Amino acid sequence: MNNVHRSNRVTGVLAAALLLPGLALASTLETVKERGALRCGVNAAQPGFSALDDEDTYQGLDTDICRAVAAAALGEGARVDFVPLDSVERFAALQSGEVDVLSRTTTWTSTRDTTLGLHFVGVSYFDGQAFMVASDLGVQSAKELDGAAVCTQSGTTSELNLSDYFRLNGMSFDPVVFDAPEQSIVGFEEGRCDVLSTDASQLYAQRVQLADPDMAVVLPEIISKEPLGPAVRQGDDQWFNIVKWSLYALLNAEELGVTQANVDDMLDDDSPDVMRLLGRDGDYGEGMGLAADWAYQIVKQVGNYAEVFERSVGAGSPFNIGRGLNALWRDGGLHYAPPIR
Amino acid sequence: MSVRPNARPMGHKPPFWRDRAKRALIFQVLVIAAVAAFLLYIVGNTQQNLASRGITTGFGFLDNTAGFGIVQSLIDYSSQSTYGRTFFVGLLNTLLVGGLGVLAATLIGFIVGIARLSPNWLIAKLAAAYIETFRNIPLLLQIFFWYFAVLRTLPGARDSLSFGEVFFLNVRGLYLPEPLFESGFGLIPLAFGVAIAASIALIVWNKRRHEATGKRLPAYWLSFALILGLPLLVLVASGVPITWDVPELRGFNFRGGVTVIPEFLALWLALSIYTASFIAEIVRSGIQAISHGQTEAAQALSLPRNLILRLVVIPQAMRVIIPPLTSQYLNLIKNSSLATAIGYPDLVSVFAGTTLNQTGQAIEVIAMTMAVYLSISLTVSMFMNWFNARVALVER
Repeated sequence: MNNVHRSNRVTGVLAAALLLPGLALASTLETVKERGALRCGVNAAQPGFSALDDEDTYQGLDTDICRAVAAAALGEGARVDFVPLDSVERFAALQSGEVDVLSRTTTWTSTRDTTLGLHFVGVSYFDGQAFMVASDLGVQSAKELDGAAVCTQSGTTSELNLSDYFRLNGMSFDPVVFDAPEQSIVGFEEGRCDVLSTDASQLYAQRVQLADPDMAVVLPEIISKEPLGPAVRQGDDQWFNIVKWSLYALLNAEELGVTQANVDDMLDDDSPDVMRLLGRDGDYGEGMGLAADWAYQIVKQVGNYAEVFERSVGAGSPFNIGRGLNALWRDGGLHYAPPIR
Repeated sequence: MSVRPNARPMGHKPPFWRDRAKRALIFQVLVIAAVAAFLLYIVGNTQQNLASRGITTGFGFLDNTAGFGIVQSLIDYSSQSTYGRTFFVGLLNTLLVGGLGVLAATLIGFIVGIARLSPNWLIAKLAAAYIETFRNIPLLLQIFFWYFAVLRTLPGARDSLSFGEVFFLNVRGLYLPEPLFESGFGLIPLAFGVAIAASIALIVWNKRRHEATGKRLPAYWLSFALILGLPLLVLVASGVPITWDVPELRGFNFRGGVTVIPEFLALWLALSIYTASFIAEIVRSGIQAISHGQTEAAQALSLPRNLILRLVVIPQAMRVIIPPLTSQYLNLIKNSSLATAIGYPDLVSVFAGTTLNQTGQAIEVIAMTMAVYLSISLTVSMFMNWFNARVALVER
């Protein structure tokens, strides 16, 4: 069960730290090429971000980031070994080298960025913590939740945000902390807690999974900033650049109107930005040790950010989450990728 | 003429490597030095690796503010307390469920173990069915069963089961009134202490008198009455200086009083019932290990049946029972770490879970957690070994 996994992984990082004689780290890109597959740490079951579909393949926004990195690094987006991780074991798995990239609805915070030996490469989804309550409670606002029992998941930023929010608003609450999201949902359905609290995107996904989605409503308050993004180990700047620019390539492709469907036609486009993105003009993969067509491969095999978003969590998915903060900067959102040139 | 060399010229010691005792000493020193060098290397290497990967080390994080809430705490705790405090909150919660679990498991285990030897067919078969059911289902499943079975059957906060408008039971837990002690209450613990001291004196006196004269009083019943009666008497005499904080439904839930959370109940039930099935078998094997001749000899002395059990069978059975019983106690305490699956805030859930995740200092946190379980286990084991040495057969 979960515990066994976790202790194995934690033991893994302990063993790695204890036994590796000095630092004999090959470049991550070399390792990935040699292995022929990217090892990517993801959620086990987080619909919209990373969950198994009917054909036992992981689908979702986080997993598509992994595919984009594999497309850039290996030329083939399908060559990803997905490693399901729970929220406690995820950092240990990245630190110990069990995964090359962690793309698992992980909030970018200063502690994680500066003390865990990790680098966050950017933001793939702008999220925020919210509350879901049973509709029959008749609660309209999170300010009415004084004294409520709140189900949440251990090892996430949610516990901290909850405490801060309730304390600042002079309210009390009982935290009921489970170690897997499935159990916190059961706890909520069984009435162990009045409120289920986690990132808004996850709440919408979990609401759809309830036996009766209409029994619950998500309250309008967003109580925190949760920039979710992929992370890599510190100490390999080349790999850091590859993952970072794979993410930016998705965003730049959307901005330039390059989609999975039209990417081959766009090869003949004479806009200089499109020519640079698709490797027709200059070689912008060279500095990362990649082929010149790295970004072409990403768009061809995975699509651009808009396509990834819509099919995972947006209009093309059961969750129907609007772009909101996750729109491009020119559409009023926050996504602004540096140019490829 | 062959001259046999003299084994040892007088006043001349053999070289040290020919001396078995010294050789053994040298080897032992070498082994210890090698182990120490290995440990030093491991620690140094770990620190170097962590530093070169930019991972923060050290125990400084224990003084930082934790910032998260914990649903059950035996000591003062708020989200403004430190990570060091979360360690103690988790530790006490582990000890609470472990301690009460050991008590309940021992009680159920002894009853079921003796029941299994009962001449009554129904009782014996019921005990056997209990043992075979509970020791053959994985503990984690039993914890889930108790947790979700208990949750599913209990009503919501607004339709709580009420017992005389004082005790309330709902899906959030069991709500009990909390006694608030007024001044003058100090006499009651005092009376309790006096009663215990008097009882010990009574038992010792009774034993001496019994050995000297053969007469005796029912000393255990007398001391039981004394320990219960004296504090009660003082309580009534001093005008019952207690008020009760009765839980009351306000907003979402009951406020005031003491809350027993369902996670605790489920974990405690599961641990006690599971471990009791093993203890029952240990008790049965202990009793059956006493040869029937002992009982017959006691019957020949016309001792009544309860005295045969108390004076002849049980003391000898304890020698067989205690060593494996110790292992079961240790198992129960270690198994309590499964708490994290249902969200009971034990050491593993609070400290090796949330605190580890928020600080990311896996090596320090896991090392501290392991040290705790090791210390608890060694302490229990030492106590049980001491107890075993006391009841063990003294061979002459």
